[in-house]
Amino acid sequence: MATETAPAPVVQEDERVRRGGALSRLLSRPELGALVGVVLVYVFFAIVAADHNFVSFPTLASILNRAAPLGILAVAVALLMIAGEFDLSIGSILGFAGMAILILVTSPDDGGYGLALWPAVGIAIVLASFTGVVNGVLVNLTKLPSFIITLGTLFIFRGLTIAVTRALTNRTQLSGLDEVSRDVPRPGFDLAHTLFGIKVEVLGGRFDIAILWWIGLAALATWILLRTRQGNWIFGTGGAVDAARNVGVPVNRVKLTLFVTTAVAASLVALIQVVQTNSADTLRGAGLEFEAIIAAVVGGCLLTGGYGSVVGAALGALIFAMTRQGIVITGIDGDWYQVVLGTVLVVAVIFNNFVRKKAAAR
Amino acid sequence: MKRKAWVVPVLLFSLIAAACTGDDDGDTTTPPDGGAVTQRDFRFEVVTHGQSSDPFWSVAANGVNDAAADMGVTVNYNAPGTFDMVEMASLIEAAVASEPDGLVVSLPDADALGPAVQAAVDAGIPVITMNSGSDDFADLGALAHVGQTEFEAGLLAGQRFADEGVQNPICVNQEVGNSALDDRCDGFFEGVGVEGEVIPVDLTDPTGTTETMTGVIQADESIDGILTLGPTGATPTLAALQEAGRLGDIAFATFDLSPEVLEAIDAGDMLFAIDQAQYLQGYLPIVFLTKYLETGAIPLGSVNRVVLTGPQIVTADTAADVIDFSADGLR
Repeated sequence: MATETAPAPVVQEDERVRRGGALSRLLSRPELGALVGVVLVYVFFAIVAADHNFVSFPTLASILNRAAPLGILAVAVALLMIAGEFDLSIGSILGFAGMAILILVTSPDDGGYGLALWPAVGIAIVLASFTGVVNGVLVNLTKLPSFIITLGTLFIFRGLTIAVTRALTNRTQLSGLDEVSRDVPRPGFDLAHTLFGIKVEVLGGRFDIAILWWIGLAALATWILLRTRQGNWIFGTGGAVDAARNVGVPVNRVKLTLFVTTAVAASLVALIQVVQTNSADTLRGAGLEFEAIIAAVVGGCLLTGGYGSVVGAALGALIFAMTRQGIVITGIDGDWYQVVLGTVLVVAVIFNNFVRKKAAAR
Repeated sequence: MKRKAWVVPVLLFSLIAAACTGDDDGDTTTPPDGGAVTQRDFRFEVVTHGQSSDPFWSVAANGVNDAAADMGVTVNYNAPGTFDMVEMASLIEAAVASEPDGLVVSLPDADALGPAVQAAVDAGIPVITMNSGSDDFADLGALAHVGQTEFEAGLLAGQRFADEGVQNPICVNQEVGNSALDDRCDGFFEGVGVEGEVIPVDLTDPTGTTETMTGVIQADESIDGILTLGPTGATPTLAALQEAGRLGDIAFATFDLSPEVLEAIDAGDMLFAIDQAQYLQGYLPIVFLTKYLETGAIPLGSVNRVVLTGPQIVTADTAADVIDFSADGLR
């Protein structure tokens, strides 16, 4: 009898698991809704403001310049939101950090500490990260919703900024970052200006260097979120915190780190604005926390956590800035700005939801 | 029904688009029927730091709109939602990007807004400043400034207080960060000859301001002169003086007008008000820009190229007449 090798067993594909087509996978990415939103809003204003030079490099520059600070905040806020927490105090931390820099460099005659520029910047960032630690520790210890905790710290940090500044200097606005005294430039300011405040002229539009910081941080955050173990921890913490903890994800450490991240992001934006305007005031940054959350939600992050994308939040910031500048360029009466802005944002979120449901159903 | 879900957003979009393209003129008021106003093909952008909810700035905005109607030009008025120099610089950038025929801005913080205004001048857009920035506008390349020189106006107020025999004055600043207001207080104390205290309050919080001022008045009995720098400081201070029972005892004057301020002057509760005629600060730059584009000439002003619209002193003699103008939003 001839030996016959048994026929190779037929490998059965598991028909319960279907690998969707490339298009389908592209459509179900959380960024898609935001990307379509960007295109739609741009086309809308390009039509409506056609004779007001909307499609041009100067306009593009004004939009990106407006989007960059918000975008940096939105990137950090998106990471935190995906982990299931809110940080409403970043606007106050921004004002706090900016004011700290100015108080530290102001001369002792005016109530400051007379430090050199870069040590002052370093100390301010350390102080800001400390506020992030406060937020994180409070949230971890009390197990209260971060919405409430950071709402409280919003007031505490803003109040500290106002009270300490007034107590030390009797003013609420300090300027003169570039000069130690009249016509005496401050050492270190040129480097700071090159890193954070310079404008690059491209084809008639003057673009802030902050745009590069925004893109760089968004890329870094996306890589961390999608390609590293820590990114998985973030999704796990936001999606199913108890299951994640049981699997060994250090949930408390993740949340603490993310609160410190939002605080440092706020201090970076504060530094950029302080270098750009040469001054700090105690009210700076008020309201930005809500803008950042809106940008993240428009970009596809769920308010409940566990789902979202950093690129989407960056695009959300772009939609926000496009709407803001578009309204001015179109010539809509400034009184109606808030109505139009709110409408565009609600429509963008509804549309985002619609696209996600459609894509998920394929 | 699910298939038709896209109809609603599309309808919304087209509605908004129609509304925007339909009335391209933004803030323009159309001239009255039968008006023989030449329609000029100019578009000007106005960016100030004053929200239209502020009683002072709504008069300035009225001036802007009336000038647009009288000159037959298109004007858009924009301001940030709060006193926010970063946002204002961003608005100026957007206004410049739309390539208008002229730009009118206020300069409460020349450091923060300087680069944006400089960019407008570099782009070849004629710029006129108004209301604040009388010391800084020329360095940025603006053609003219329409407003009042704040230090001198404060000096005038101080000298009047000195005539009344005031020895312990205070100055109430409702918008800290606006350098024009700092100049007013500096000039005021120089005029009185006494270095008094500056009390900061919040123009968006009238109740808080009243409480602050009541506390200040009751804490120091020797205060015999109060100068407020705007109606959002003056009205709460009037209430505070009433609460403390010292209305009429303390020499009290203010900058800028409002119906309450004029009534108080008429009743003798306030000494005087310094009016900078913000209606003209809104009206004149539009006229100057229109004529500059048509003739190439610009008024050279009276003091350091500032076209002065103030200080115009309103006392008990003249208050009654001005009350009607104020109620109409013209003073």
